[in-house]
Amino acid sequence: MDELVLGGHRFTSRLVVGTGKYEDFATMKAALEASGAQMVTVAVRRLDLQAKGEASLLHWLPKDMVLLPNTAGCFTAEDAVRTCRLARELQLGGENPLVKLEVLSDPKTLLPDAEETIRAAKQLVAEGFRVLPYINDDPIAAKKLEDSGCVAVMPLGAPIGSGLGLRNPYSLQMILDQAKVPVIVDAGVGTASDCALCMELGVSGLLINTAIAGAKDPVTMARAMKLATEAGRLAYLAGRIPKKLYGSASSPLAGVIGTA
Amino acid sequence: MQAKVNGEPMELPDGLTVSALLQHLGVRGDRVAVERNGEVVKKARHGEQKLASGDVLEIVTFVGGG
Repeated sequence: MDELVLGGHRFTSRLVVGTGKYEDFATMKAALEASGAQMVTVAVRRLDLQAKGEASLLHWLPKDMVLLPNTAGCFTAEDAVRTCRLARELQLGGENPLVKLEVLSDPKTLLPDAEETIRAAKQLVAEGFRVLPYINDDPIAAKKLEDSGCVAVMPLGAPIGSGLGLRNPYSLQMILDQAKVPVIVDAGVGTASDCALCMELGVSGLLINTAIAGAKDPVTMARAMKLATEAGRLAYLAGRIPKKLYGSASSPLAGVIGTA
Repeated sequence: MQAKVNGEPMELPDGLTVSALLQHLGVRGDRVAVERNGEVVKKARHGEQKLASGDVLEIVTFVGGG
């Protein structure tokens, strides 16, 4: 069985899906089902004290769905740590919860702040969290986060919500070569071929939100992402042929009619 | 007493506990996490933790996110 093992959880799906930006909860639910995801990201936000009795997000998620709370919107290590502590409190009984650590530095690019991310990761690991940090496609930052005790590293393919795909496959290759923890590409995926490409390079999983939620038909796109993730994984396991500059015939060269 | 709840200044009855505050606001305690002056107040302590004038409280929940 080809499983992704992450912080004590075993997943047969390598696609992690975000729960943001959907038009409504019903569409989100259908897209999650089509994606086959067994883990979803959620955000921690102030309760709207005026909107009493509104259906909560959790009401729409299957009971066995693993939650990956994020620290989206945090620009300092301190705020990220506070957010994770609140997320732990929101997950009744979870002593070592998984958290997606995201500490940004610039609201325009939404690129991660490596220094603050590493600082927060060390604190969270010390407090027993299983940390999955969102980082730049920087092998040095990835190594530092792994050495800090993170259970995975999550380099971006491109900025959050950009849909630009995998902009630097060579940096990702370096991260993959050195990593002893699962590598999950988080952010940047635009369409199904981006999934397949990342998986073919050997990443352990993908985290996608905007590319599904923002598609014209989110449910169909979720299915496309699922299939592409699986196809890419199978191609990686099967082992691709080496690339060659010149042609190499597929049919026998001997026995062609009309030859001497 | 004056306290700040989710960024909004509020006039609250004196001597409220966290549980009483949530009830006062019409919020179900099992669906939220509460932070008082930067520290999480665990659910088991909602009934005993008293609030003080000038407290800064955050009441949060899970919402959709990526």
